[in-house]
Amino acid sequence: MKPFEIVETPIETQKYSDYVLHAGAGAVTVFTGHVREWTHGIRTLYLAYEAYVPMAEKKLAQIGAEMEEKWPGVKVAIAHRIGEMHISDIAVVIAVSSPHRKAAYEANEYAIERIKEVVPIWKKEIWEDGEEWIGGQKKYPEKGSAEQ
Amino acid sequence: MIKVNYFARLRELTGKAEETIEQQSMTVTELLDWAEATYPGFGKDTVHVAVNEEYALKEDVIQSGDVCAFIPPVSGG
Repeated sequence: MKPFEIVETPIETQKYSDYVLHAGAGAVTVFTGHVREWTHGIRTLYLAYEAYVPMAEKKLAQIGAEMEEKWPGVKVAIAHRIGEMHISDIAVVIAVSSPHRKAAYEANEYAIERIKEVVPIWKKEIWEDGEEWIGGQKKYPEKGSAEQ
Repeated sequence: MIKVNYFARLRELTGKAEETIEQQSMTVTELLDWAEATYPGFGKDTVHVAVNEEYALKEDVIQSGDVCAFIPPVSGG
């Protein structure tokens, strides 16, 4: 595995939590994002994700670097799956270790928010009566945002 | 020659994942204008451009040999 990767096969979360664990870590948070059946009253049959893979992996690594700068001492691994996924499948895993729990929680939430802003990954929802590419980013990414 | 990649809605709109443009240099704005003129409904105002895998500004200049990607609003996670 790579610590920041796009994968096409089911995500095994243990690999990522094992990767971030070390003797100095007192806390590990593992977030998994799953395919949800109902969104605003509409039933999803399955999702299809695609990514600009090389750039997406660079952006995931950039988010990891931002986290290490904001919360010194954290160690991070992030994987996002692409392709077709069904209800309850894991689309994304974020594993964060830190000496104390507060940073592990905070940094983990930061990661998923940044993924939704800057990582070139797209989700298509397929319903019983149609399909649509979803895209409602709150904030446009800026050039050189690694320095932010 | 500038290479461009299409993803998600734009890949379906254009019917292609990539193509090359016979230009020596153009700005990001010019590239977006070209895309809108070539593919009606492109929605250039919602699309960002990455040059060599990094988000670019509208006034940045793309050179022959660069690899570009049109980035519609992302929806990962």
